[in-house]
Amino acid sequence: MKSSARITALFIGIAAFAVLPVFLKSYGVYLCTLFCVTLMATFGLNLTIGYAGQMSLGQAAFYGIGAYIAAISLKAGVPFFVVLPLAAVACFAVGLALGFPALRVQHHYLAFATLGFNVLVFLMMRNEEKITGGTFGISGIPRPTLLGYSMDGVLPFFWFTLFFTVLLAAFLWWLLRSPWGRAFAALRDNPIRAESLGVNITAYTLFAFAIGAACAGIAGVFFAALVQFVEPAPFHFSVSLLMLLAVIVGGSGKFFGPLLGTIVIVLLPEWLRFMQNWYLAAFGFAIVALMIWLPGGILSIPERLRLGRVARPAVAAPDTLKEATR
Amino acid sequence: MGDLLQLVVSGTATGAIYALAALGFTLLWQAAGTINFAQGEFVMVPAFLMLFFMSSFGVPLWLAFVLACVVAMLLLGVAFKYGIVNPLIRHGVIPLVIATLGLSLGIKQLVKAGYSAQAFPFPSAFPSGQFSIGGAAVSYADVGTLFLAGIIVIGLQTFLNRTVTGRAMQAVAQNTDAARVLGIDANRMVLYVFLINAVLASVAALLVTPTYLAKFDMGDSIGLKAFFAAIIGGFNQTRGALLGGVLIGILENVVGFYVSPAYKEGVALMLFLVVILFRPEGLLGKVEERKV
Repeated sequence: MKSSARITALFIGIAAFAVLPVFLKSYGVYLCTLFCVTLMATFGLNLTIGYAGQMSLGQAAFYGIGAYIAAISLKAGVPFFVVLPLAAVACFAVGLALGFPALRVQHHYLAFATLGFNVLVFLMMRNEEKITGGTFGISGIPRPTLLGYSMDGVLPFFWFTLFFTVLLAAFLWWLLRSPWGRAFAALRDNPIRAESLGVNITAYTLFAFAIGAACAGIAGVFFAALVQFVEPAPFHFSVSLLMLLAVIVGGSGKFFGPLLGTIVIVLLPEWLRFMQNWYLAAFGFAIVALMIWLPGGILSIPERLRLGRVARPAVAAPDTLKEATR
Repeated sequence: MGDLLQLVVSGTATGAIYALAALGFTLLWQAAGTINFAQGEFVMVPAFLMLFFMSSFGVPLWLAFVLACVVAMLLLGVAFKYGIVNPLIRHGVIPLVIATLGLSLGIKQLVKAGYSAQAFPFPSAFPSGQFSIGGAAVSYADVGTLFLAGIIVIGLQTFLNRTVTGRAMQAVAQNTDAARVLGIDANRMVLYVFLINAVLASVAALLVTPTYLAKFDMGDSIGLKAFFAAIIGGFNQTRGALLGGVLIGILENVVGFYVSPAYKEGVALMLFLVVILFRPEGLLGKVEERKV
């Protein structure tokens, strides 16, 4: 497809999605809004995983930090458009502080550090009752107003969220096409070569991780305004795991990969509600199967078909690869 | 002083259990380049297997443990190696990490959906009650845990250092190609490592479940502690896993008692962050040079 045709298709897609909730009941609109909110977090995570090649298992912690900052400051009367950058900057800073020690060592250390960080943040949300309200959470979070127009209705808030989701996606798109973003792909594909060309690996991966964290913070602000009630449960580390797997399912490093993955973790479970917990069990094992047969994710299918069997990485001697990735 | 001594003894016992899980984790990494994010679930599965054998066939705990070991070796050893690790290892570390993450989610939810989301009580392998030494009350369970974990670790070290098979396994871990040239069946040695990991996880399950209770998500906490213990001690050293496990166990107890019981779970992370900031290779680890 030509790029102009692609852009047209993209706009038609967004427009169709914007109109869709008009025909839905309020729970359907809520789900569509939640889909947009989660999408902001997974788009950010895709930057960390897909472009900087880092595993982060703490996206829900940043999502939660954003949501709690929003809950507390929105209730204190701070305007929404002040809270939004505040949460983003806070998550960015926390991301830098957490990523710095972990990224100095080895790539999989970030996975452990973020996983532990998520556990710790969850504990703080539950135990610091004076600030977070503990398990009772914080309720009565006000929705934002735009130019004097209230977002209390489900539909206006959906459009408001959708607008910012598209804006955030456009920003990430621009970022990845800037020279700065090109360096990400270079360091994911061949870190040693990128380093020899003068890309500072640690600084770039650290920034990619922190930007991903900031996206989750922004998503958290919208989440708090959407449900108007925050408590620790939606920020458990199992949510981080789901977000990570969502990015992988769609195809990490594919810009629209998270779109597909977020449908799998947000919309499909609602539709397949009768399956209850079996759905997640099947999802877990599907990931294993996917890794074995289609490591590039669902969006890599067209590529695979085009390239035929060659698309599979050439089978190198296992030991040399093992050494190289240590 | 009595308090502190008591905390150290029971912390060492808990730490010994973390160490067993961490040991299996380290062995898998050394011999097979596998980072197993489902290690916690590898402890949870034998716990439920033991419960299943005890409730369905009415067998005593020791027999249930033996049966659970056998099933774990087949499922978490052989099936895991041939079904998941072998097809994925050639693609590098990341796809395998993601597959084990998926496996962790899959196993957990399978137990939740197919069995129960409840926490089940689990019989202790040791008599209840306690005795006192120097003002500290020490439970028989702690002593028994330390004793059993000690035997397992010493037995494993002896096997690895003194037997031909054990030395061959170490050779494979150090340099697979050279080991092959020397006529060692590398594939078989790696399989042994997977079997040992399954047994270590089963023993950890036997020891930890009486306090943690058998629940589908009991592996979350144990798995996390096992990773941290392995890294704190030094990823490439077997002794490191032991030191890391015991250190976490003791510190958790001390922090839980003197600072806040609510943040006990955060201790391992803090220790991990401090260690990788100042000694990235781990307390006992050796620096690995990156090969280009």
